[in-house]
Amino acid sequence: MTNIAQQQETNLNSFTNGPDENGHFGIYGGRYCAETLMPLILDVEKAWHDARDDDAFWEEFHALAKDYIGRPSPLYFAKATTEHLGGAKVYFKRDELNHTGAHKINHCLGQILVAKRMGKTRIIAETGAGQHGVATATVCALFDMPCTVFMGEEDVRRQSPNVFRMKLLGAEVVPVTSGSGTLKDAMNEALRHWVANVEDTYYIIGTVAGPHPYPEMVRDFQSVIGKETKEQLNEKEGVLPDSLVACIGGGSNAMGLFHPFLNNPSVQMFGVEAGGHGVDTDKHAASLTGGSPGILHGMRSYFLQNEDGQITEAHSISAGLDYPGIGPEHAYLHDIDRVNYVSVTDDEALEAFKLLSKLEGIIPALEPSHAFAHVIKMAPDLPKDHIIVMNLCGRGDKDIFTVAEKLGIEI
Amino acid sequence: MKRIEKTFAKLKSNDKKGLVTFITAGDPSLEQSATILNALPQSGADFIEIGMPFTDPMADGPAIQDSSLRALANGMSLKGVIKMVAEFRESNQDTPIILMGYFNPIYTYGTEDFVNDAADAGADGLIIVDLPPEEDAELRVPATKAGLDFIKLLTPTTKGARLDTVLQNASGFLYYVSIAGVTGTKSANIDEVGAHIKDIKAKTDLPVAVGFGIKTPEDAANMSKIADAVVVGSSIVQNMQDNQKDSNLPTIIENQVSALKKAI
Ligand SMILES: Cc1ncc(COP(=O)(O)O)c(C=O)c1O
Repeated sequence: MTNIAQQQETNLNSFTNGPDENGHFGIYGGRYCAETLMPLILDVEKAWHDARDDDAFWEEFHALAKDYIGRPSPLYFAKATTEHLGGAKVYFKRDELNHTGAHKINHCLGQILVAKRMGKTRIIAETGAGQHGVATATVCALFDMPCTVFMGEEDVRRQSPNVFRMKLLGAEVVPVTSGSGTLKDAMNEALRHWVANVEDTYYIIGTVAGPHPYPEMVRDFQSVIGKETKEQLNEKEGVLPDSLVACIGGGSNAMGLFHPFLNNPSVQMFGVEAGGHGVDTDKHAASLTGGSPGILHGMRSYFLQNEDGQITEAHSISAGLDYPGIGPEHAYLHDIDRVNYVSVTDDEALEAFKLLSKLEGIIPALEPSHAFAHVIKMAPDLPKDHIIVMNLCGRGDKDIFTVAEKLGIEI
Repeated sequence: MKRIEKTFAKLKSNDKKGLVTFITAGDPSLEQSATILNALPQSGADFIEIGMPFTDPMADGPAIQDSSLRALANGMSLKGVIKMVAEFRESNQDTPIILMGYFNPIYTYGTEDFVNDAADAGADGLIIVDLPPEEDAELRVPATKAGLDFIKLLTPTTKGARLDTVLQNASGFLYYVSIAGVTGTKSANIDEVGAHIKDIKAKTDLPVAVGFGIKTPEDAANMSKIADAVVVGSSIVQNMQDNQKDSNLPTIIENQVSALKKAI
């Protein structure tokens, strides 16, 4: 670690101690599951903690991260963007260059290695945009394990290229019609399926959500993003970043970037939620900005819900952000004010999508287009020596149909 | 003596097994739901479980999922559930009512307020599917203080040390989930359930009710041989869905419940 980082790191008042032994980050997190799942959830925790303390486990993880995923992903100085915005210096952490085109593969690789240690023989997953489904199907192909992916029928329609990819990779895709037919229902259905198949099945959850130990485990696998960023920026600039920016669906790419910097007080962090048509409308997916504390999917966190505690539907142009909840560690970091949570609208994200494509020759996914929309807002007013690192966590190939439709163009 | 304890004691002294019937509050319509609830005891229900509808019932199969969404579309809320209980108690002081559901609506209502309002209305117990022992103190402690039994779920995976963990702080009765799965799907293997209940009975004096996967009077008859009570939910709820347009719905449900009662 760098001298600067060491100087700044104040372990006295650590933000990285969580979760406690029962999986709580402050009042958030925990294990709110049906009793049928509890013994299995406790087994997952044990297997994960054994793995975490085993050097051989990390050796295997890092070897595959390097040669199969293509890590480390580059940290790219976005010169054109920096000049265009005329303020802060903008860097992109290019996790869109990973195999399968997004950061999701990082935690899928880690989790399937845990599943193998547990002796599980089949894998299930939920997916929204299909990126997590594709990444799960990919590692299942790699390790020759049968894979079933639950996907809301609405998402099956709007992300059809990813459905086809998953099938090519050998996965079975189950369209979920219950509830609103989107990501939250896919997660309900995956949990129901798991309850009925506890003996042989491992559930690869797609973000830093769900019952303990998932938020911790997924975070630790995704932290490779922040650790690399710290090293790479130190090499290039010899300093810590001033601001980190990442989009938030459940919060895995953001947690992965933020976590290694939490104890560096000079580093400001911005989590960008999907504002849909605006957080003052009923069509958005901003759980922290527009939701309230509650319990769903095995965790206490913030959710979009009505005054009777019924979960309401999320909306975002980006299927990967279209989730009415958020990981519990974000809920905690929000309450203690360590991370700033902001939102951008569908339209702002769309503009950002177009701008990034033209300026840098990188077509981003709609998810990190939200992060970029916030960079567009903040960078111009910042001094030229202020360094922003944005997590460019996915590429936009999967989104060109949605964007074309939005722009009224037939392809 | 509390209503749940009293009812089990009475069943035992008559050498009888109990029938627990589940309906979702507000399904298929607010009026029909109240009519059916009020008629359940005379049709043969010894205990009534009322489902508190939730948008995301992760332990329930399609029948109860659909009934929850219908109830919510009808405007049912936690306040509405409590009101239904209070109205039921105006004419019935004997049949125990157990409220079953998920924690989020209760948490949003306010845990303390909820247990007090539910107890005042005349509810007797709570079954909250997503509160395992690791997380249940937050509701269990105030619920018990308010006089509500906190009924624990035991499942085919609740074995060894886990069984002791779950049995701690249990009250009222134990709800044995006879299948690893969601409500209304598979059928239980009676021999496995019987063996597990024997293990459970060796560790506790609380009565054991068996639920999940009991559909027909025949299922109920078989399960009642190895348990103190049987719970029938999805098949009643499904019957309501299939006949919701029929003006005879209350009679159809009455007939179903009395056939179940006769069988056990
Ligand atoms: C490219 C990309 N970014 C972000 C997300 C949102 O997830 P998270 O907030 O967990 O990073 C997704 C989800 O599918 C995604 O595909």
